Amino acid sequence: MMAMRKKVQTDAPDEIEALLPWHAAGTLSARDARRVDEALARDPDLARQYAAIREEYSETILLNESLGAPSSRAMQKLFAAIDAEPARSRPSSISLSTRVVGFFARLSPRTLAVAAAVAVLALLLQAGVIGVVLMKHDSGSFQTASYRPADRQGASTSFTRSLEPDSTARALVRFKPDARMSDIAALLESYQATIVESTSGGMFQLQFNRPMSKEEVAGVVAKLQNEPIVGLAVASQ
Amino acid sequence: MSPAQATADEALIARIAQGDRLAMQVLYGRHHVRVFRFGLRLVKNEQIAEDLISEVFLDVWRQAGKFEGRSAVSTWLLAITRFKALSALRRRTDGELDEDVSNAIEDTSDDPEVAIQKKDISAALRKCLTSLSPDHREIVDLVYYHEKSVEEVAEIIGIPRNTVKTRLFYARKKLAELLQAAGVERGWP
Repeated sequence: MMAMRKKVQTDAPDEIEALLPWHAAGTLSARDARRVDEALARDPDLARQYAAIREEYSETILLNESLGAPSSRAMQKLFAAIDAEPARSRPSSISLSTRVVGFFARLSPRTLAVAAAVAVLALLLQAGVIGVVLMKHDSGSFQTASYRPADRQGASTSFTRSLEPDSTARALVRFKPDARMSDIAALLESYQATIVESTSGGMFQLQFNRPMSKEEVAGVVAKLQNEPIVGLAVASQ
Repeated sequence: MSPAQATADEALIARIAQGDRLAMQVLYGRHHVRVFRFGLRLVKNEQIAEDLISEVFLDVWRQAGKFEGRSAVSTWLLAITRFKALSALRRRTDGELDEDVSNAIEDTSDDPEVAIQKKDISAALRKCLTSLSPDHREIVDLVYYHEKSVEEVAEIIGIPRNTVKTRLFYARKKLAELLQAAGVERGWP
């Protein structure tokens, strides 16, 4: 006890000693709680200090609980001030993370589970389409674009496009045989595109998520052609 | 606070950011008492503490859109409360502060001795808790009553993690000294 008193009077707390108050409050991590428990089991002086801490803990709670609660005046003043604020006409300056959190927090656990399952299924399906078609066409040889509109039932044979921005801008892409799923997914994300169709010729039709003029599509297709995993890219209607 | 309630608080903040008055009422209902008690322990004046609540939650109303969820909403509320309490203390005149200090001294000198006479160590401990310095009072309250982790306390007060631990240790030492002065021996230090 005397050695303990001497230590406390002259030294800063050691690591475990410093954590005792958080242990009493139950706010330590599982790992730290275990370490503290082990230290308490082997050190009677530490255990005596911990007993004193638990008294402080309970009295602090009683003290704060005895402070009472505010009157309704505070709430009235608050909402009078809120009513005097300018009206918010639209969700403004709300961070994306807050919106995402808010959206998912409003869903019930069941709805969240169903939504997650659907999202996973969509990803798997898209990956599966890519995988199946790539496996069927892994010859590795370069082929000219063999997409023939006549291959598709009812497809238009015309590639004429207007000069106005096209809200369904598309391109045809053939991926290289050794292209990995993760690289394809990353490429789709970077170009803001989705696969909407695959053809028997091993091509994928990508649809871009924003309207683009003919010139813009040509520029994007040129960029796609230079991607390491793309074997061929052409504009499509 | 459970993870479920923490998530629910963030959902309320998201709705408040869109001007949802009802969400503000719910958030206020959940947290106004703790905000009041934390503020009161800092400013030692009920009127000022009540004004603090209005200011704190008005800030939340205005800033909800900027809350990024990196800490719990309750931690954010206490950080705002502390800032506003310290501002309120700086605004008070010297005369008002002297009166508060003299009241505190009177409380310290009388009641612990009375409590010991009645062998009420708990009451003595509670009185000594009110006699701690503001820095020591707030850290004791944040850890024991508001159940904040080392990291959360560091964020609220704006000090490093190690300083949080040593400050609480010295708060406890001071508490022990006050109790010893009042004739209470607890076996530590």
